[in-house]
Amino acid sequence: MATASPPNGGADANGATTPSAATTPSAADANGVFTVDGVPLKIKLRRAERWARLRAIGLIVPLFLFLMVSFVLPIFTMLWRSVENPEIGLVLPRTAARMQAWDGRGFPPNETLAVVVEEFVAAAGDRTIGKAAKRLNYHVAGYRSLTMKTARRLERAAKQQGMEALLAGPDLIERFKGIDARWGERRFWTILKQASPPHTAFYLLQSVDRDFDEDENVVKVGEHRAIHVDILGRTVFISVNVTILCLLLGYPIAYLLATLPTRQSNVLILLLLLPFWTSLLVRTTAWLVLLQNEGLVNDLAITVGFWDDPVQLVRNRLGVYVAMVHILLPFMVLPMFSVMKGIDPYHLRAAASLGANPLRAFLRVYLPQTIPGVGAGVLLVFILSLGYYITPALVGGPRDQMLSYFIAFHANTTVNWGMAAALSLVLMCCVAVFFAMYQRLVGVGNVKLG
Amino acid sequence: MAAPPYATPLQKSWYYALRVICGLIFFFLIAPIVVIIPLSFNSVPFFTYPMEGFSMRWYEEIFGDSPQSLLWQRSIVNSVVIAICSTALATVLGTMAALGLTRAEFPGKSLVMAVLISPIIVPIVVIAIGVFYFYAKIGLASTLTGIILAHTALGVPFVVITVAATLQGFDHNLVRAGAILGAGPLRVFRKVTLPIITPGVVSGALFAFAASWDEIVVVLFLASTEQHTVPRRMWSGIRELLSPTIIAAATLLVIVSIALMFTMEALRRRGERLRGISPG
Repeated sequence: MATASPPNGGADANGATTPSAATTPSAADANGVFTVDGVPLKIKLRRAERWARLRAIGLIVPLFLFLMVSFVLPIFTMLWRSVENPEIGLVLPRTAARMQAWDGRGFPPNETLAVVVEEFVAAAGDRTIGKAAKRLNYHVAGYRSLTMKTARRLERAAKQQGMEALLAGPDLIERFKGIDARWGERRFWTILKQASPPHTAFYLLQSVDRDFDEDENVVKVGEHRAIHVDILGRTVFISVNVTILCLLLGYPIAYLLATLPTRQSNVLILLLLLPFWTSLLVRTTAWLVLLQNEGLVNDLAITVGFWDDPVQLVRNRLGVYVAMVHILLPFMVLPMFSVMKGIDPYHLRAAASLGANPLRAFLRVYLPQTIPGVGAGVLLVFILSLGYYITPALVGGPRDQMLSYFIAFHANTTVNWGMAAALSLVLMCCVAVFFAMYQRLVGVGNVKLG
Repeated sequence: MAAPPYATPLQKSWYYALRVICGLIFFFLIAPIVVIIPLSFNSVPFFTYPMEGFSMRWYEEIFGDSPQSLLWQRSIVNSVVIAICSTALATVLGTMAALGLTRAEFPGKSLVMAVLISPIIVPIVVIAIGVFYFYAKIGLASTLTGIILAHTALGVPFVVITVAATLQGFDHNLVRAGAILGAGPLRVFRKVTLPIITPGVVSGALFAFAASWDEIVVVLFLASTEQHTVPRRMWSGIRELLSPTIIAAATLLVIVSIALMFTMEALRRRGERLRGISPG
């Protein structure tokens, strides 16, 4: 920060002296200070400042570029995948172009259908049709088998009758209907049209349980497919509860640490830092071991007589709360502790001497002063818990998985990158909103560690 | 450790209640970690007390010479190599950037800062699949290099934050004094700046090391069996069958964590002591 003032100071001095220098050059000469090589000191100083600034920026550039290439670019490339739609265009390029030109009314014209037949036959021949079939299946279950079946039948027919004969019929749509009655439904054709452009809002709409209908209106998806809003709601719900629990458990600890003599609080802080430094996976494993049916907690409870048969404590919501609160508690306590440490204990005594009872003194004098720490802790814990993946995946049941789990699921298991990217974007937006609040409250450079 | 003599009975009971509550919360924080460690020495594969007997067999499964053990040892080597390389990279890049950030004001500085901090804010799954998606295209998936690059990005914010915090109290006149006395920029850095900011650099490096050492999600996506780290092997173990070998590996990780934590605390207290001696 010390370097920030000289350039400003230099500019001010410059602004003040310029007029007098213009009117009375002799005075300027008298005041002017020159360096050994005859350059006015002012210019030389400004040059040096500029040079120093460039050098400072030069120090930042390597890391900035490194992060841009190894971190920011990958994430943006992946997020961009949520609007990319290359599959149909790659496998069935002419079909894609024709379908985009079709107005979506009735059935596609015969020339378009002829192109569809040709490309289905070709794609079935070189076995690329599966890729397009998989893409179409995202819209409606069963479209994959429909596409595969149609392509196979058309290929066989083309071999037996020849392509010319296959395309010769006056009404190709009847041939499609003959292969499968579903081709008689307009929506299967409009879906093919919607899946054709190189970019699509389909995945983004899906991530909030919306879809295009046959007339390109945005509508809610059917009951059985509407899962994403639920998942987002569950993610926020779990995060809010974890944050509240952390606040309730963290406030007394932070208060105790802040009011104890330094020597005692230093020892207790170690007890807080040990879990903080211990690997997340280790802590999750520990809870898995402790809470399982044959685990220590059940064992102890049965011995003491709390309950008679093992109680399910893990692979359910309870396990998720216990493990997540355990992992995130230090993140709540540390910011609150550093704020509480700075509160003058005499404030409470002053309140008491002015007649406030302890509760009132706490609520009116102490609590308001801790709000910045509480805010920082709450936002930090909430932001971190929104993205939780490992812990719910290990100690939660199928109904306790959060958004991150489904992002990983789409990237890993179904390999539906569009959906994985769209859900990532949703998660990123949530985090960004709360991080913006955090930044306003705490400031990005003032994130406290340990 | 007693309530002040002038406290009313209500205050006294509150005073002790607070300590009991906090005691329970601390128990909740510490007990799970402490309790599982002895279980890694259990002679039978159960997770209950009292233990049947003492045995090192689970550690032998890690350090022995069966094929499984070799996989564990390989994962330890991978973990160490990845953590050290990414820590070194993150420390050098992060320290340079922190030096630059505290020296210059320029438009868009807060945006640059946001980019440098973003790896600890972006949800780890998003980072993992983004990195996987992109690195697979450029042939860095399933390579140690890819994992090291990703872990470097994850560790960088810690270094930037801690070094920048140390530099807040740094007197830039010392640098000018060094320059006036004829030292070049590099020499000033080596002889003046570095010794002063070393505690910040070291704690940043420790954080970066821990971030890489404990990291699982990026490895989950980016590593094939060849590059498995200790947490990644633990992950497969937990998903298949929770055996005491996992607890033994967990114990090893805890020991490293404790070592990191005490180094960190020692540094912090040294810093406080030094500040206490020299006012200002």
